[in-house]
Amino acid sequence: MSLLEAVVGLGDDALVLGQRLSEWCGKSPWLEEDLAMANTALDFLGRARLLYGYAEALGGCDEDAYAFQRDARDFTNLLIYELPCADFASACARQFLVDAFDALHLERLSESADAELAGIAAKAHKEALYHHRRSVAWLVRLGDGTAESRCRMQKALADVWGYHAELFAPVEAEADLIAKGVLPDRAALRPQWLAAVTATLDEATLAPPGADGRIDGGRQGQHTEHLSPMLAEMQHLHRSHPGARW
Amino acid sequence: MTSSKAAIPLETPEYAARLAQRQASRHGVLYALLDAVRDPELPELSIWDLGVLREVREDGGELTVAITPTYSGCPALAVIREDIAACLNEAGCQGFEIVEETRPPWTTALMSRAACAQLQAGGIAPPVPGPVRCPVCGSAETALVSEFASTACKAHYRCRTCLEPFDHFKTLK
Repeated sequence: MSLLEAVVGLGDDALVLGQRLSEWCGKSPWLEEDLAMANTALDFLGRARLLYGYAEALGGCDEDAYAFQRDARDFTNLLIYELPCADFASACARQFLVDAFDALHLERLSESADAELAGIAAKAHKEALYHHRRSVAWLVRLGDGTAESRCRMQKALADVWGYHAELFAPVEAEADLIAKGVLPDRAALRPQWLAAVTATLDEATLAPPGADGRIDGGRQGQHTEHLSPMLAEMQHLHRSHPGARW
Repeated sequence: MTSSKAAIPLETPEYAARLAQRQASRHGVLYALLDAVRDPELPELSIWDLGVLREVREDGGELTVAITPTYSGCPALAVIREDIAACLNEAGCQGFEIVEETRPPWTTALMSRAACAQLQAGGIAPPVPGPVRCPVCGSAETALVSEFASTACKAHYRCRTCLEPFDHFKTLK
């Protein structure tokens, strides 16, 4: 894997989650949460733009081409980011797992041997810490809440749990960049992640989900059936009106 | 309502370093011109006070204005770029480049003391050490309502003493 491909993969992670979060605009439980969802989506969109901007400097295409002119097979995001949300609990469950991952992963990435990537990660890490604070608060509030909220939170965690393993699954093509200190070894982060996640689950009085599933393929462009419909909506305007500007 | 407002602390070392760089610069006139460029979402603050304006320098004979985003998704940056260009053009300055730099990342420690005072005067609790104090009555008895408010850089609080709802400009370290 080249540095360019690694940067695009990280950009795809951020863009796809940013789009999923923005789907909550106008649909969140109340106004404050609507603003929080939209602002978090903006942070991820901003992160994607920084990464795509760097990809362009490395010889890739421009940010609009990355976002709007590729099909699902060309996206290399990890699968957990593309999952649709059945309800607010499923948005909170996924966000909690990936924010806990970001808090660790971006800290390591900010020590990357690649100075530009390190700079982007350092910036994103500061934002990840308050995203994490918010998603922990929601997990505890819904888990240790009413019978209905607890039941939904438990189900949402079970639904998303099988996708967390890919966050830590070694990708053969990344080995070279890990050896050069450009990318952190994601697999090594799992024990610390699991300890943090388990502690919050305890506080939220939620049972840890069952056995670990292992669903992956995102970095190779093999996606769930959910990504294409999301891209169709996200890319519609740009593809129908090429070059359109606000 | 009482008049006991929270005290604004002294300048941070980070801001002092920015100020020293500005004062040592040969481009003091341009810095002064750019003091007129405001954050579009916080018009009481200049981009200098906010720490978005990093440096005015010459790179190989070319004039460069370096800016840094507060939050990666901040939509204000595009407007700020346009406003910088308009401000310098109006003063007869042409042929400069505006670059965005993310290293080192922006933190609230880069903000000036004046920025914090202006935020507080505008009803926004500034990012200063210690408890979040109500910008109206100064009480430290405040509660977080939401991690986000009208913009990504603010959180929504309410005062338990005077009951005022208010925004807090989040401390980003």
